Order: sequence, then structure tokens, then C-alpha cells
Amino acid sequence: MPRVVFTSQLQRHVPAPNCDVAGATVGAALDAVFAEHRTLRGYVLDEQGHLRKHVAVFVDGARVRDRERLTDPVGPESEIHVLQALTGG
Amino acid sequence: MSDRVRVATRKGLFTVTRRSGRWHLGEPAFLGDPVTIVLDDPSDRTLYAALNLGHFGVKLKRSGDDGKTWEELDPPAYPAQPEGAEGAPWKLVQIWALETGGKDEPGVLWAGTIPGGLFRSRDRGRSWQLDRSLWDHPDRLKWAGGGYDHPGIHSILVDPRDSARVTIGVSTGGVWISEDAGETWRVAATGMRATYMPPELQGDPIAQDIHRIVACTARPETLWVQHHCGIFRSTDAAATWTEITDVAPSSFGFAVAVHPHDPDVAWFVPAIKDERRVPVDARFVATRTRDGGKHFDVLSTGLPTEPSYDLVYRHGLAVDSTGTRLAMGSTTGGLWISEDAGDSWQCVSLNLPPISAVRFAP
Repeated sequence: MPRVVFTSQLQRHVPAPNCDVAGATVGAALDAVFAEHRTLRGYVLDEQGHLRKHVAVFVDGARVRDRERLTDPVGPESEIHVLQALTGG
Repeated sequence: MSDRVRVATRKGLFTVTRRSGRWHLGEPAFLGDPVTIVLDDPSDRTLYAALNLGHFGVKLKRSGDDGKTWEELDPPAYPAQPEGAEGAPWKLVQIWALETGGKDEPGVLWAGTIPGGLFRSRDRGRSWQLDRSLWDHPDRLKWAGGGYDHPGIHSILVDPRDSARVTIGVSTGGVWISEDAGETWRVAATGMRATYMPPELQGDPIAQDIHRIVACTARPETLWVQHHCGIFRSTDAAATWTEITDVAPSSFGFAVAVHPHDPDVAWFVPAIKDERRVPVDARFVATRTRDGGKHFDVLSTGLPTEPSYDLVYRHGLAVDSTGTRLAMGSTTGGLWISEDAGDSWQCVSLNLPPISAVRFAP
């Protein structure tokens, strides 16, 4: 089951626990997290469902390519890191 | 008369309270986070704050205990963007204006945003609806970015005599009025001029860069605008606008406040001009007219005597409900309060974060 790890910077604003969730893409895995943690969604995605401009997501060390539809694949052992970009601060 | 001022800053929300004749700075809420606008709703003693987190988006907070504890609300959200839609992305960039509805509409809130959407809540901010009439208006696509990349609504005036009459200021996009609570809209900036446009467009109402618009509470047909190109006044409910000229030291600025009972009294905070946004001669002053713009007083007592480069942004000047107390906050973190309509000022701090908005609490 992929693991989603959130930056500790988020914890100051909203509960963002690391989660093991089902999902074959970045979008599916994040949706599974947001189903349990509704408020967190708006901190990571905008209202169009895109990654926020200044949020960075890595899958197994590679920065995700599809920031809008979130179709980058994830494997059962993948780690998805949700971080703040250095821009936007 | 209000004894408390909310101060929204780049790094938190402060409340300043008057005790024993002096104004004291309280502990900040949201320390470290940009607060773009703040609103007290006197109908239910609720305090709202809009945040714009650098990484994690726009947030809306509500407090029922004067800021001791806060509840997070879903901020206004744009609907799904249709494929190929023109203009700015349908994404909330900033809550730039937040106002209550009329006294006969408790729980109603209006929010003006970048990139140009006007939202209304009928349930104390629990849910928000985009005003589609304005958003879908074909002229909305003629709006342009002012200081930000995309256009925005920074001023919302609900007529105290008729809550269905709503006037907004857009940077850039002119003044817009609805007389049916947002069902239909028309632009109302005739008489303004935009010298930054090509000659044939300088008088175009939609080209006008409104920096701030305010209305006299007791005489809402009188409105004042601090415009990118000067000061304008209307005495006929925005049907026509007249430029106020010969304003020393300058008619450029962002902020304007109008006396709640006397439509001829208004305050401004001048800067040199648009491409040099600092006080004239490094002398930070406010100005005041008491005769509808024929003459202006320069107000400096209690303001810095050394060279100063403070700029007061569009929500950085406020007047209380009596018209005697003023608060003024600058982008370099200076905060001053006047208890005599601007004749003299008390410095509360010169070391706050950049101030985005000041507002008297009820």
C-alpha cells in the first residue's frame, strides 16, 4: 500500500498524518487521504483539483509530472511526499 | 466610539485596545501567516479573518469569542473551469474584501476576490455562492490586473437604506452596481479618466483602476474614490463622477475614508505618484477635506518627523462610526490612531509587519 507523507509545515495549520492508503495514481492516493481528512484537501489542491502552485509532490524521489490530473503512477510500496515548494513563502 | 482596532498584517492579526487613554497592542493571532482582510459582524459578534498562506492557499477563519479560538471555514471556491474558458484561471487567489450584508440580512456576507469573483454567503460563511451574473458578464473579461496579476474586487458597499443595492470597486474594471442583490450588474464610472490607457480608452468606464471606493453611511449617494489617477467624487449614487484636483501634496494614493455622517469630509494618504509610491518629500502625512474636496488640510501632527517611506494600502485607513477616530497602518509596519478626526495622531507602533488592513471593531 503506498504511503503518503506530509511536510511538517502543514501540521501547524491542519492535521496531516502520514497515511497508508490504496491507490494506483497520485490522485487516487491523495483522494483516499482526503476522504478521511477533508480539510487537508484545500491545503494541497486548489478548487480545480490541481496541485497548488507552491506545493511539491514527489513519488519515490521523483517530482510528479502531472500536476493537474495527478495521473503519475504509484506502486504498492511507493512513498509519496507532499512538501511545500521553496517558492511561495 | 470604538476602543478597538483590528490590524491585519503580513504576519498575523493584531487587536489594538484603548485603555487609560492609550492604545495597546495585543497578542497576535495567526502569527507568521499573511492576513489579507478582517471583519467584525456586529449582528452576532463574530470575527472573520481571511488568510493567504504562501504555499497552502486562501483560508477563512471564524471566531465567536473575539479571537480566542478559531474555526476553519471552507473559503469561497470557483466552480469547475470549462475547457477553453478565457481569462484568469478559475482559482481563488485572495480574499480582498469581506463585508456583511445589510442590517435586515443577518448572517449574509459578501466576499470580493482576486481573480475577480464576487461571492455571497447566507449562512455566516459556512457556504459561498459565486455571483454568476457578474462573473459571466462579457465585460468581466475586459477587467485587468492592477497591482496583482489578475483583477480583483477590493471594495464592497451594501447600501444601508437598501440591502439589494450593492456597489463594488474593481482593480482594474471600474465601479459596478447591482440594484437587485447581484442578479444584474452595470458599470458606473462615467467621468473617470485613466491616463495609463491609449487616448481612446481613457474614458472607458471599464478601464478605470479603482484603488478604493467608500460611501457616506448617512448619505450613501455620496461616494469617494481613490483612483490610480487621482481622487473622484460622486454625489448622485455613482451616476457621474467628478475629479477633485489641486490636492496638495498629491492626489495619488490607495486609501480613502469618508465621515459616516458628513459626506463632505474625507481622508486620504498621499504618495508621490504611481511609479514612485512613497510620501512626497519623504514626509508622511494624511490629508482631509471638509468641504467636499474644494480644500484639503495636510495632517501631520504626531506622524514621523524624520524621512519616512510609508505607504498606506487601500484597506489601511479606517474611520470609526462617530467620524472622530481614525486608524492608519502602513506597508512598512507603522500604525497610528487619531482621536480628533486626524488633527493629531498617536503612534501605536513603527515595528509591525506590513499592514494590509485596519478596521475598527464595534
